Amino acid sequence: MSTSRISADLTILVIDENAIRASIIEAGLTEAGHCNVTVIHEVQGVARLIETLSPDVIIIDIENPNRDMMEHMFQLTRTISRPIAMFVDRSDTAAIEAAVDAGVSAYVVDGLKKERVKPILDMAVSRFNAFSRLQRELAEAKTALEERKVIERAKGILMKMRGLSEEQAFALLRQTAMNEKKKLADIAQSVVTAAGLLL
Amino acid sequence: MSDMFSIETGGNAVKAPVLSTGREHKTLRAGFIPLMDASILIVAAEIGFANREGLTLDLVRDVSWANVRDRLAFRQFDIAHMLSPMPVASMLGLGSNPSPTLTPFSLGRGGNAITLSVRLYERMKAQAGLADDASALANARALAAVLADMKARGEAPPTLGMTYPFSSHNYEFRYWLAAGGIDPDRDVKLVVVPPPLTSDALAAGAIDGFCVGAPWNMIASERGTGRIVAAKQDIWPLAPEKVLGLRPDWAEANADTVSRLIVALDRAARWCDDPAHRDDLAAILSDTRYIAAPRTIIRRVLDGEFSLDARGTKRRIPDYFLFHRGAANYPRPNQALWIYSQMMRWGQVDFSEANMARATSAFRPDLYTAALGPDAMLPGPEDAAALEMFMDARRFDPVDLAAYVAGFPVRSPVAMATETDEG
Repeated sequence: MSTSRISADLTILVIDENAIRASIIEAGLTEAGHCNVTVIHEVQGVARLIETLSPDVIIIDIENPNRDMMEHMFQLTRTISRPIAMFVDRSDTAAIEAAVDAGVSAYVVDGLKKERVKPILDMAVSRFNAFSRLQRELAEAKTALEERKVIERAKGILMKMRGLSEEQAFALLRQTAMNEKKKLADIAQSVVTAAGLLL
Repeated sequence: MSDMFSIETGGNAVKAPVLSTGREHKTLRAGFIPLMDASILIVAAEIGFANREGLTLDLVRDVSWANVRDRLAFRQFDIAHMLSPMPVASMLGLGSNPSPTLTPFSLGRGGNAITLSVRLYERMKAQAGLADDASALANARALAAVLADMKARGEAPPTLGMTYPFSSHNYEFRYWLAAGGIDPDRDVKLVVVPPPLTSDALAAGAIDGFCVGAPWNMIASERGTGRIVAAKQDIWPLAPEKVLGLRPDWAEANADTVSRLIVALDRAARWCDDPAHRDDLAAILSDTRYIAAPRTIIRRVLDGEFSLDARGTKRRIPDYFLFHRGAANYPRPNQALWIYSQMMRWGQVDFSEANMARATSAFRPDLYTAALGPDAMLPGPEDAAALEMFMDARRFDPVDLAAYVAGFPVRSPVAMATETDEG
């Protein structure tokens, strides 16, 4: 089985509950010239899929609690029909540590040469990391937008209740934040909350 | 949270200062799965027993046993909460990442149970006329009768959940089924379900039963979706549960740290075992960082106070959890051998003298006794009696494992019963 595979293309299965991240990985694999890539987002029915697909490499996100189900499947097949021997990639400890840090793990079929797997895992790791960075940036952007909205509302409340101009309202918020050593958005939030309670 | 409790050992209620004996303070990253048998590790961190030994336990909650295994192997964890068959499997080279692992400390005994869906249980009652207090064996036989009936009617066999291929749950579930005359590989479909999802999976009808640790059995029975039909104690009172897993190379290079860790865990185990601490323990465990389950349920599980079903049928299981008493922390080589025997029985591994030695090497009572000296709690003569206390009245013979495995009427067809000189 493994001899016929050496020259053939690798069959790769990507299991990731996050559909966006999965498609980023898929794109990376395609760019690297891999054509036999299957992506699934839920583990339901994965046993049958692995049996029919017989992948050389499985890439899975490690936040997926269904990893234990796959371990069971690899064990079970020893006693039934066709054994599926998949092992956690141990090609290079530093690379694996980086992978686990990034939140991804790879299973490789028994006997697959490590030089063939390493670029796949390296790509997955860098894309997982890039995805986390993007998510972090997105979350930060969202927070910034929320904060601006709150500050606008606080300004409006101060202008109305204390008859201030927009500049004066903003200056008051900023001065209070400096005096209390707090973030401008936090002070603005207290103004909004207090107004909600008092009005 | 650690400020809520003070250390009370040896009549000294004073908060222990950080060690000043010149030993370097070390931080250990410890992986765990949210289950009540992680109590000793959690308490060692929360109540200050680790700190007294100059250790900080950085507890990291994980989602799968495969992750725990890999993160220990790839050095993201220094130590880990593990299923007792995991070190044995690793030493035998089984599983998808067999990296050598040993245990110098058992994290207690008990905690598992088998729960079936109310629908399946009602059918067992109707078919076999089961009493509410029927024994684990009577329940298993009743299930066998229902399975025969289902087969005759052309119904699909039930799907049953457990946690991991190398788990006490897998072997206990199989033991219980087989004792009732059920072949776990042919008469039912065994699948893996992550413990926190078992109760929901049962409620949704995705599975018809499961074997899992606390508190998930009680959660299913209180919801009225499940009926507990056997506890771990019913199957074999001495059955091993969770252990502390270490890499042998790390344990060797950090012998002093291992020793201090064992002392900290010993003190934490004594604390957990004291019924006076159950309220505090339940409060700690229910925290979202740990088990994130209702405190009242955890409290009752600690008492071994079971609601078997939603109608209020009660069963009290004495010593449902043993954190320390009965030499619960002593890693018995016989337990490792029993695990190995069940691995052979279900076709996961073959028999050989070399494999027997590998299996035994996973459990290291020498490290336990060396660290604790006179405080070590050694197994007493009751251990020998326990070899005969199986639900099917079979005697476990750790000397002749091949004959022991061959003696089971229900076992995997690939289970090797003859001795080979392999390895």
